[in-house]
Amino acid sequence: MLAVTAAEKYVAAAYGIVFLVVLVYVLIIALKLGRLERELDELTGRVRQPREAEAQRREQVPVG
Amino acid sequence: MGSRTRENPLAALAALAGLLVAASVGLIFFYVPTDADQGFSQRIFYIHVPVALTAYAFFAWGAWKALRHLWKREPGADLESYVAIHQGVIFGVLTLLTGSLWAKISWGHWWLWSESQLVLFLVLFLFYGAYFMLRYSVEPGPARANMCAVYALFGVVLIPISFLAIRLANQLIHPVVFTLQGPQMSGSMFFTFCVSLAAMLTLAVTLFHVELAGKRLDSRLRELRELLA
Repeated sequence: MLAVTAAEKYVAAAYGIVFLVVLVYVLIIALKLGRLERELDELTGRVRQPREAEAQRREQVPVG
Repeated sequence: MGSRTRENPLAALAALAGLLVAASVGLIFFYVPTDADQGFSQRIFYIHVPVALTAYAFFAWGAWKALRHLWKREPGADLESYVAIHQGVIFGVLTLLTGSLWAKISWGHWWLWSESQLVLFLVLFLFYGAYFMLRYSVEPGPARANMCAVYALFGVVLIPISFLAIRLANQLIHPVVFTLQGPQMSGSMFFTFCVSLAAMLTLAVTLFHVELAGKRLDSRLRELRELLA
């Protein structure tokens, strides 16, 4: 088995912590962006719905 | 890919950050010689000091944006100041954690209250940590933006004090590498340090812009929601 010195463990811990914190931060930002995308979809749907209903109503009006 | 990065400079910045981080890790573990005095544990220096300098830089950037808000009423400066301070606090946490690990292996202690630089950095970190308590205890609006800007400007005074503490206190437990005579290390060590510093700063700037874009999108969506209500 590979012998690991105390200094190597501390160095690995220091670098590991930095990368872990950055990774967690990126994950949090990714989750937030996912939430914003869902909100945007919902708002787009709310804008689109009345327009589509209006277009449908216009199509049903008898001409002549 | 070229046109894509031109259209999206943030993607180019993220790629540059990734390259620099990979280069710095390569240099730290495969190029730079082991320090004769501290041995292998001195390699923490190449991440601890760049992370600490990045935290100082973002606290200063947050204060600068706060000044722009108060002085020029620059639109969006309040949000930029907030995001910069947030980045500074994240890198501040990393500075305290990596510093504690280095202190434990070098001095045998996780923390030394007798070390003025450590205590002053902790004060700076707690000061900016309290910034979020102020921000989230006041209703959003111009009053909150002004209060937060004034608070961020007060904190900037602590940066040079914290930075110069070790020189003012004249204690030699905490190592002083950068003196008026220049960096007290070999050329290869200084080169590795510079690449590592560039990597941390580029990474932090990338994260700053990603968070800022998210915050701006959030505020625009809130406006849109209010208009549709």
